[in-house]
Amino acid sequence: MLTKRIIPCLDVDAGRVVKGVSFIDIRDAGDPAALASFYDKEGADELVFLDITASSDDRNIMINVVKQVSEQVFIPLTVGGGMRSVADVKRMLDAGADKVSLNTAAVLNPELVVESSEHFGSQAIVVAIDAKRVTVEDASTAPKSSDQSLGLDESSRWQVYIHGGRTPMGIDAVKWAIRVAELGAGELLVTSMDTDGHLTGYDLDILKAISEGVTIPVIASGGAGEPEHLRQAVETGKVDAVLAASIFHFGTYSVKDVKDYMASHGLPMRPTD
Amino acid sequence: MSEPRITIVDYEAGNVRSVQKAFQKVGGQASITSDPDEVIRADALVVPGQGACDSSMSHMREKGLVEPIKEFIASGKPFFGVCLGLQLLMKDSEEGDEPCLGVLQGRTRRLPPGQKIPHMGWNQVDFHIRHPVFDTIPDGSHFYFVHSYYADPDDKSVVACTTDYGVDFCSGAVWENVVAVQFHPEKSGALGLKIYKNFIEDIKS
Repeated sequence: MLTKRIIPCLDVDAGRVVKGVSFIDIRDAGDPAALASFYDKEGADELVFLDITASSDDRNIMINVVKQVSEQVFIPLTVGGGMRSVADVKRMLDAGADKVSLNTAAVLNPELVVESSEHFGSQAIVVAIDAKRVTVEDASTAPKSSDQSLGLDESSRWQVYIHGGRTPMGIDAVKWAIRVAELGAGELLVTSMDTDGHLTGYDLDILKAISEGVTIPVIASGGAGEPEHLRQAVETGKVDAVLAASIFHFGTYSVKDVKDYMASHGLPMRPTD
Repeated sequence: MSEPRITIVDYEAGNVRSVQKAFQKVGGQASITSDPDEVIRADALVVPGQGACDSSMSHMREKGLVEPIKEFIASGKPFFGVCLGLQLLMKDSEEGDEPCLGVLQGRTRRLPPGQKIPHMGWNQVDFHIRHPVFDTIPDGSHFYFVHSYYADPDDKSVVACTTDYGVDFCSGAVWENVVAVQFHPEKSGALGLKIYKNFIEDIKS
C-alpha cells in the first residue's frame, strides 16, 4: 500500500540551517548535508529545504547546498524559495533537487507553473500555498484579485498570501489550488498561516477542502506539535503527506516516534530501520 | 571484468544526475551521454527517465538513440531501465501516439482512476523473480515511485515484481540481460542503493 509520507522541513539561510537543531548529536548542526543525512537515517520519507535567504546575492549558495546534499542523501529532495523563472527552476533541478516548490512566483506568474511542468514534468513542480482564514474585515480590505475567477466570494473561507505571508492577494485558496493543479502542478504544499508556529495542530478544514478538490497529492504544513496532529492531518485532512519542522528540530519527537504512532493507528507507513 | 563502465543515457527526460550520483555512491564508474556511439560501446547501459512517453521518444529519436539502445539490448550486455526506462521498452503507450522502443510486446497503460495521480511516494514491492539485482532485498520492501503510467507486458513471465495501486501493476521486469523497474532506486534510500550495488556486482561476475 502507498504509505503516507513524513517530511521534515529545514529552513536554510545563506547556506546554514536555522532554527533549533542543537539537540542533534552531530558535529555541525547547521550543516544542511549533515542534517539531511540525520533525517534520512531517522526514516524521513522526503526532505524539504526552504531557502529563506534575504539577499539575492546569496542565492547561489543554495545551489551548492543542494549539490552537496544530493551527493549524500538518496531520498527525494524538494527545494523552495526565491525561484522566479524556468531558468531558476532548471538550475535547482540540475543541482540535484527532485522537485522545486513555487509560491509567490506562481501567484504572480501562473504561466511559470505551466512552463516548468511542461519542461520538467509535473512531478518536479510543487506549488506551495500560504493561506489564512477569511475574516469579516477581509470583505472590505482584501485586494481585488486580478483574475476574477479566483477572487474571494461569500463562500470563500481562506485567502492566499504571498511574500512569506506578508501580502494578501484577494484570491480564494481552494480555487487557487484547483487552478494550479490544472496548470500542471504535481503536488500541493498547503500551509495554514493561522496554525503555523502554534504547535496546536494543522488547520484540518483547509486541508480537507483542498485535498478533496484536487486529484494530485497534497502535503499538510503548519502547526504540528505532536504525533496526533500528523495523524489528524491524514485521517481528517485527507492529505497524502505531512510536513513538519519544530516537532522534529527541537527533538521533541523523532521521525520514528511519529511513524510508530501513526502506524499504531492503522496508517500505512514506511518502516524505519 | 574489473571496473565496468556504466553508461547512463541522457535524452532530456528527467534527472539523470541523481542516477549517476547513486551509482557513484556505491562505487560505480558511471558516465552520462547522449552520444549514440558511446551507447553502443558501453559495458552496461542505464536508461532512466521521467515524463511523457511521446516527448521522450521524440527526444530519443532526434538524438539518434533509438537504434543504438535497441542494438545494445540485443547485444546481451547488461541493461537497467528506471521508470520511463521500463515503460519505453513496451511496444506503445496509452500516453501518446508515438511507438515506443518495442523491445517487449505489451503496452504502457494509465493507472486506474479513483486514487491520486501521479502515484507518488513509497509503496511496497513484492518480488516474483529473484534476479541477483534484488539480492537481499526483503519481499514487501518500500521503494519511491513517481508515475502516472505503468508497463503491462503481454508475457507475464517477465514480471519480476508487482506493486498495488488500484491495480496490481508490474513494478519491475526481468528477462535475459534486461532489468527494468518502475520505482526510483536512486531515491529509495539504502535499499535503492543496494539494488544499484547489486547491479554493479552482477555485471562484474
